[in-house]
Amino acid sequence: METLKKEVQEQSTSKKIKVTGAEAVIKCLLEEGVDLAYGYPGGAIMPVYDELYKYQDKLHHVLTRHEQGAIHAAQGFSRVSGKPGIVFATSGPGATNLVTGIADAQIDSTPLVCITGQVASHLLGSDAFQETDIIGISTPVTKWNYQITKASEIPEVLAKAFYIAKSGRPGPVLVDITKDAQFGELDFSYKKCEKIRSYKATPKFDIEKIKEAAILINSAKKPLIVWGQGVIIGGAEQEFKNFIEKTGIPSASTVLGLSALETKHPLHVGMVGMHGNYAPNVLTNSCDVLIAIGMRFDDRVTGNLATYAKQAKVIHFEIDPAEVDKNVKTDIAVLGTVKETLAEIMQFVNKAKHEKWLGEFHKLYEKECEVVINNQLNPTKPGLTMGEVLGRINKETNGDAVIVSDVGQHQMFACRYADFIKTRSNVTSGGLGTMGFALPASIGAKMGAPDREVIAVIGDGGYQMTCNELGTILQTKAAVKIVVLNNNYLGMVRQWQELFFDKRYASTEMVSPDFVKLAEAYDIEAKRVSKREDLADAIKSMVASKDAYFLEVVIEQEDNVFPMIPTGASVSDIRLK
Amino acid sequence: MEENKNFTVSVYTENNIGILNRLSAIFLKRHINIESMTVSRSEIDHVHRFTFVVVVPETLIKKVVGQLEKQIEVIKAFYHTEEEIIYHETALFKISNEHLFDEKIQDKLKFRRAHIINISERYFVIEASGLKQDIDNMYEKLKPFGLLQFVRSGRIAITRPKMAISELLQEIN
Repeated sequence: METLKKEVQEQSTSKKIKVTGAEAVIKCLLEEGVDLAYGYPGGAIMPVYDELYKYQDKLHHVLTRHEQGAIHAAQGFSRVSGKPGIVFATSGPGATNLVTGIADAQIDSTPLVCITGQVASHLLGSDAFQETDIIGISTPVTKWNYQITKASEIPEVLAKAFYIAKSGRPGPVLVDITKDAQFGELDFSYKKCEKIRSYKATPKFDIEKIKEAAILINSAKKPLIVWGQGVIIGGAEQEFKNFIEKTGIPSASTVLGLSALETKHPLHVGMVGMHGNYAPNVLTNSCDVLIAIGMRFDDRVTGNLATYAKQAKVIHFEIDPAEVDKNVKTDIAVLGTVKETLAEIMQFVNKAKHEKWLGEFHKLYEKECEVVINNQLNPTKPGLTMGEVLGRINKETNGDAVIVSDVGQHQMFACRYADFIKTRSNVTSGGLGTMGFALPASIGAKMGAPDREVIAVIGDGGYQMTCNELGTILQTKAAVKIVVLNNNYLGMVRQWQELFFDKRYASTEMVSPDFVKLAEAYDIEAKRVSKREDLADAIKSMVASKDAYFLEVVIEQEDNVFPMIPTGASVSDIRLK
Repeated sequence: MEENKNFTVSVYTENNIGILNRLSAIFLKRHINIESMTVSRSEIDHVHRFTFVVVVPETLIKKVVGQLEKQIEVIKAFYHTEEEIIYHETALFKISNEHLFDEKIQDKLKFRRAHIINISERYFVIEASGLKQDIDNMYEKLKPFGLLQFVRSGRIAITRPKMAISELLQEIN
């Protein structure tokens, strides 16, 4: 590895070497420290793949079974490692198959560099074979995109692509390279991009705003913190913890903020939002100061905006100026990276404890336990619940695992019940809600954190959207543990049909193949449990396995996620049943 | 419900391919119709200026401008009310020659910024410029004569408040 770094450094001096555009692409990636990429070859990207072949000892390429699998794997990799995920795809369908993942990465602020092949420049616009306007298609869902038509543009554009993807509020970029640009020659030299004149990656914080925020925080009697993924992306977990511990403020997480603070921390009062915990949702409408940190007031967090925290003064710590006042009007916006602003505010905030106020959270938590949580974790009815599966996973992993969840009921159960002790342990499709995300994302997550246990928790619906990626597990031997919580329904939609559509279960009942046989066909050890007494051992064997492992848990069909804020309702009208 | 108003949005950008798509996508995703649009070079070399006119509530345009400005190649975006700008639109009217010496049409041309810019065998072309209302009035007046063709430009606008783009670019560099 050291020699590789040295080699790269030597090459990166101003010394120019003649290379093809395709080779330049690989050299740029090496300059950026990339040693792993995901993708799927095809006609228009073949010159780049030819170079990947030559450089395979330095840059490992993972062949997935579909481009969507490649991009979700890159997302999973990025979410656990903090590094940008790299994806290759060919033109036309290869490129369009990336779109869901790009949109997902955009809304969840995941840095990705997607490189697509494109037809030769003289064919552009002629409806050539496998030509598609991926620049036009991806524009609304990328942080930036660019079409390269000349080999000489490659180093500068890729340097920009990496800078844009990683800096500020991260996001996906797409670079589309025509085939003639891949074949063309250039004098290669690489300079990392450090600024772009039209782009301010991070706003500089204003010390006056920090002081104002501190005054408000110091005077608060019932302050509540809601934090989001910004704490994780910004690497500000320690600053965040210092801040809440000094101020003693009860703190609740968004879905994507989970794992920034260990679940069992005494100031961690749970998760906000549609299926979040009872206390932080109800008390959002009782707090006097609401402190939002690295979050964007998604509608799934706020419920009805007209009745959201109207009584509270709102402070918003945020990196992206466009998020300020977008959904919730703030009284004080503290722009900047939360790593900086939270460190800075420490000198101005008083040490405090809010025991009585914290007690209100505990009281409501007990109520939630009585009505919801106990029945999930220690059910007395015969059918297995999703909550108890998560509870068992916690026991066997001590909360040390990366939990990759898909989208639906099981996702909410995973977010509600998984214990986290380390940051970057909760990988899920938050903003876009992409079913099919988890299996490929777990492959990437395992590669991004090879020493950690990675457990994909997936429903029977989402699993069948991307279970072709079992082939990638077979080929790469990625040791992911797959838990399919099978209720033979598209459970979340079924739950809504039950509650809001008079139990008309339109197209939500699902007939599935034998998942155990399917996994075994891919040479993955597999097991199915349907009885409570078998669950503990099954999860124990799964965690003990050194290789990939598949576990199907047959779940009670009418197991619903509660609490729940019905669409359009206020956070304080959250239903326990 | 907050009242809709006319806003002129000025966006300074790098001069790259695809920016128009990126900007229009922001309006599209919020289901906002663009009333008019003009793109040209600006007072700064290699910096382009987009001028959009939209009719929306002010709280909405604020959010849109934030999202426009967030685009990597956007240097700065502003929105202004009608009172804060000096603006102009231009229109061309192509009319059959049979009306060329019609006194009624000559009357209409007394409007201070309308004149004939081209006369040929079969038609003549009137150019009119002014505020949106001026052009609208002219359109109504000339319509009875049968418009062979009509086209109007997007709005061009200069703001009364300063837009410190050069300073901003210096600050970034």
